[in-house]
Amino acid sequence: MRPRRALPVAVLVVLLLSPFFSFSPFYQRVAALVVLAAISASAWNVLGGYAGQVSFGHSVYFGVGAYSALLAFTKLGLPPIAGAPLGVMVSVAISVLIGLPSFRLRGHYFSMATFAIAALAELLVISWNFAGGAIGMMGPANSRSLADLLFRGSLPYYVIFLVVLAILLALTHLMQRSRMGFYLRAIGSGERAAESLGVPVRRYKLYALLLSGAFTALAGSLYAVMIGFIDPDSGFGVLISVNMVVMAALGGAGTLFGPLIGAIILVPLSEASNAFFGGGGSGAAYIVYGVIIMLIARFSPGGVAEWWRILSRRRVRRAA
Amino acid sequence: MILLQLVSDGLLLGAVYALFSSGLTLIWGMMNVINFAHGDFVMLAMYVAFFAYTSLHLGPAIFVPLSAIVLFGFGVLVYLALVRHVMRGPMLAQIISTFGLALVMQYTALWVFSANFVSLPGTLVGGVYDFGGIRLSAARLLAGAIALMLTLGMHLLLTRTDLGSRMLAVSEDRVAAALVGIRPDPMQALAWGLGAASTGVAGALIALFFYVSPSVGDAFTLIAFVTVCLGGFGSVPGALLAGLAIGVIESLSAYWFGPPMKDVAVYGLFVALLWVRPQGLLGRA
Repeated sequence: MRPRRALPVAVLVVLLLSPFFSFSPFYQRVAALVVLAAISASAWNVLGGYAGQVSFGHSVYFGVGAYSALLAFTKLGLPPIAGAPLGVMVSVAISVLIGLPSFRLRGHYFSMATFAIAALAELLVISWNFAGGAIGMMGPANSRSLADLLFRGSLPYYVIFLVVLAILLALTHLMQRSRMGFYLRAIGSGERAAESLGVPVRRYKLYALLLSGAFTALAGSLYAVMIGFIDPDSGFGVLISVNMVVMAALGGAGTLFGPLIGAIILVPLSEASNAFFGGGGSGAAYIVYGVIIMLIARFSPGGVAEWWRILSRRRVRRAA
Repeated sequence: MILLQLVSDGLLLGAVYALFSSGLTLIWGMMNVINFAHGDFVMLAMYVAFFAYTSLHLGPAIFVPLSAIVLFGFGVLVYLALVRHVMRGPMLAQIISTFGLALVMQYTALWVFSANFVSLPGTLVGGVYDFGGIRLSAARLLAGAIALMLTLGMHLLLTRTDLGSRMLAVSEDRVAAALVGIRPDPMQALAWGLGAASTGVAGALIALFFYVSPSVGDAFTLIAFVTVCLGGFGSVPGALLAGLAIGVIESLSAYWFGPPMKDVAVYGLFVALLWVRPQGLLGRA
């Protein structure tokens, strides 16, 4: 490991291990939410960061995962997590049916289409009475077996989420170094150029969407398992997509650890503002999110990862 | 008869949609940037109208132009402070910048005005006119007529005046325009100003007959997207025709399938359109 990477990696490891040594339930809960947010943001990052396809519609995948989990519980009496595979399967179907045609659109057009699809999906779910309509659905109230994954503390959730995040980041890392990683970055930096160089653009965008959508759906299922409640807004609302975009953009879109870093910064921030301002505080958090998005877009589209690169380059130069 | 009634209601609302959508299409045509906060500009204008009436006791004859001026300034500010710097940047920055702006506007409005729905008194522009059985409210009639005239005015401004030719020159080719002595920057700032002013008028007009809430903008953003997409990106006459069509589609689908389905019909149309003809029905490929 190169020395300039040692410090951030050490900090990250200490942060990730810290919930095991803290006995504050609030701290452990926030840590679990950080990792959960990092899963969906990292999943978004595969398509939005590496391949440069800025989706505002990933809430659809998240909602599908979350609804599958609680439908499995309310309709079939299964443990909620049993719905996760269904959620992933539906996400694959959506990727092929909706994602593939929308990939003909580039840049702004793609983002507009995903925004509209998400709004459409939320409206349809609101009027879908089988799945609770506008009211939503509850998870199990009492733990019937271990499979319900109903824990009193947040630490078990933290461990589960961390395992899923590790798998996703390992896959992303492999992808980054494979042909697919190069193709996606080529697509991200110029679609027409990539196409003219022989990159099978639409096929690889679809691969990226499949990976991205499947893990976002899984994050949705995990969310439903932990929170035990889902309604159209918390599953399909546009803010779900906003969370993924702002975390990936702040940490560094198109970098392996960027979304995780973004989540580590932003989730505690929004939890703190919720605790500080009370229930209506989520509004204050989104003002801050909006400002962060504009500042990142205006001054530093590379995000925190870019700052680190610049800082460490300066240090190396000074040492030489 | 009911059909005629629905169509004329739809056309009047559609004219207002056409007005604020022509602002979006102007901005897109000038610099290939989509304003994800466009509907929130309309929301801001509605609050300007509401504030002007309740706090300053100004009537529609004053608060409609006032809202246009406020929004013009706001649009220029957004261009100078934000858009000018991101429009040459990476795609991610271009797309998320106005999205961040939308978040800030919406949640600042929520913070300042709370989530309550408020509305201007329905009697502000009161009365209902009967045209051989078709009953049209004065507020909607006024809004539709003003919107229609201003959208046509925007088209004439772009096609019949020297200023309009300069703006079109910049939208066609920045560099070439700069070479013949047209500075692109003021033209683009002007496009943002005019685009925002169109939402200023439209929002103040909508406030005459529609409730205001901080989240009302999302629906308008999507309506503007559909309109611009249907009419062709960058085309003001296209936006006019498409806006009218969408007003009618909304009004008919609300009647046939129930009010919640009107948004489903419009968003669904948008998604379908993007797949079939991404350049819009009247747009150039």
